[in-house]
Amino acid sequence: MDSLPEPSTGAPRLAGAPLLQVRDLVTTFRTDRGKVVAVDRVSFDVAAGETVAIVGESGSGKSVTALSILRLIPNPPGRIEQGEVLFEGRDLLKLDDASIRAVRGDSIAMIFQEPMSSLNPALTVGMQVAEPINLHRKRSWTAAFARARDLLSKVSIPDAGSRLGSYPHQFSGGMRQRVMIAMALACDPKLIIADEPTTALDVTVQAQILALLKQLTRESKSALILITHDLGVVARYADRVVVMYGGRIVETAPAADLYAKPRHPYTRGLMASIPRLDGETGSRLVPIEGQPPDLANLPPGCAFAPRCKHVSERCRAALPPLEAVGARHYRACFHDA
Amino acid sequence: MQAYIARRLLALIPTLFFASVIVFVTVRLIPGDIIDLMLSSNDISAGKLSRDQLEAALGLDQPMYSQYFRWIGAILIHGDFGKSLWQNAPVAEQLLMRLPITFELGFLALLVALAVAIPIGVYSAIRQDTAGDYIARSFSILMLAVPSFWMGTMVMVFPSIWWGWSPDVKFVHFTQDPLRNLGQMAIPAVILGCALSAVTMRLTRTMMLEVLRQDYVRTAWAKGLDERLVVTRHALRNALIPVVTLIGLQAPLLIGGAVILEQIFVIPGMGLLLLEAVSQRDYPIITGVFLIVGVAVMLINLLVDLSYGVLDPKVRYR
Repeated sequence: MDSLPEPSTGAPRLAGAPLLQVRDLVTTFRTDRGKVVAVDRVSFDVAAGETVAIVGESGSGKSVTALSILRLIPNPPGRIEQGEVLFEGRDLLKLDDASIRAVRGDSIAMIFQEPMSSLNPALTVGMQVAEPINLHRKRSWTAAFARARDLLSKVSIPDAGSRLGSYPHQFSGGMRQRVMIAMALACDPKLIIADEPTTALDVTVQAQILALLKQLTRESKSALILITHDLGVVARYADRVVVMYGGRIVETAPAADLYAKPRHPYTRGLMASIPRLDGETGSRLVPIEGQPPDLANLPPGCAFAPRCKHVSERCRAALPPLEAVGARHYRACFHDA
Repeated sequence: MQAYIARRLLALIPTLFFASVIVFVTVRLIPGDIIDLMLSSNDISAGKLSRDQLEAALGLDQPMYSQYFRWIGAILIHGDFGKSLWQNAPVAEQLLMRLPITFELGFLALLVALAVAIPIGVYSAIRQDTAGDYIARSFSILMLAVPSFWMGTMVMVFPSIWWGWSPDVKFVHFTQDPLRNLGQMAIPAVILGCALSAVTMRLTRTMMLEVLRQDYVRTAWAKGLDERLVVTRHALRNALIPVVTLIGLQAPLLIGGAVILEQIFVIPGMGLLLLEAVSQRDYPIITGVFLIVGVAVMLINLLVDLSYGVLDPKVRYR
């Protein structure tokens, strides 16, 4: 396991081990076209209080990785085939049902992509925010609702007390995502997993929600896994970045490093395809040619090979391992770049 | 809310008007009218009368529209449904006696249907494609395929052959002896309820499967809730909205089924009354029964619409 990324040293750490260690995670789905490996031997760490961004296109396996941590993959058709998810030293994949339920919503909370459909339309917002407090903290509903009111004002929902009895359809998209954040914060989780929390929102609202999320996780010293396809988001909010392609990690590095010196052709392609204010005027955006990989039909070698400018015979034949190219900087590519 | 109910009740008036016209006219179009029956039945009093005299005596010599307005006027003004053409007894009295029995049977059957359909439908959905699911679904198809009159007949015939047991023939009212009454009602209610439960169960299962795939159910799992809470608190309520609609649509079937089972189990409800009335062409009774059934079905559907407001917070009545 010499190629595994080391835990970040830039963030506060628990005695020795990082808060979360994902090791060799493999998650597959049964489909009409056969078994699809959505996540293939993915390993990464998250230190306490750290913000790690997982970046990739749709189908790169980033959401499946996130859902696999809390074992929320619908089975069937999904299945976590192998690997370890060590959270505070315990392997979440080996816990019995009751023990994993005790982790969900308590020490690890999730925020989902679609605030429109991720809240229950038939239950009041207060009830939905208070629910984890009642469940995990064994507090009475009255006490849980009082805490829910505090949480709603914490996420800047005006007039929180009177909105407890409102239903999700009476809120705007941005407000609903604030409710989701309040719900995630309910039990002071040590880790929050946010699966594309702003993708469904207006651009103006996106920045507000991310700033709020960052501020609140900093205050509560929660670690954050931010799943996104937006490298702009990553630059502003993440300590460390994991870049995924075709279900595998292709590069991982501290955010600043990755921006300064992207070492994988895919990462460089991503960088070149986003507009930069500090870029040379007149320079053109360069799209990555070709299509994202078909997970049911991955090439035997590097998944990016068909789209890569530096591709060689070796890339098509063998899978490049994740190797250190700098301090806490790893990438999976045969070519020096 | 009150305004909504008031408007809905007002909207019943034109519907009921058309329903009453249709009922009134169609029963008089059944081939073989009451006069023929009376003349052929060797009734002593009727035997002495001519056809015209009989018609005049029963008020059937008037044009149909004037008969209709006399009939509907009496109902609206005096609540008088007219008199049976055979027994000369007030129809309203008969209806009042028979109605509660049929409604009791219908209500019990509905309870059975829901008690069977919802738990099995939910179970079938959360254990999709397991042996239990297949058994539940086969049971539902069986219930759908087996007509309740056949089931009723079998229950009458076989236990009496095997164990010499047969249902009570003498009907006991609920007010006289509730336990004995429920004992008598149980078998027809279960047969009717199971027949109705089939469709309800399948819809409950389909809706649960649909709802269990929703994002908010994943959110509920992510909060750490156990299956019981995910299903009862987060999924069931959303899944039941279309099921309630179905129950409203089944109200006429419920009454129709009750009519048949009353006949088999000799329960003196509206069904038995209607059946006798139709075979005797006793027009005031037939129209009276139909009118009451129509009002009941419409009121049940109003209740169904009102229950949406309880289940779905997005529904507001204006």
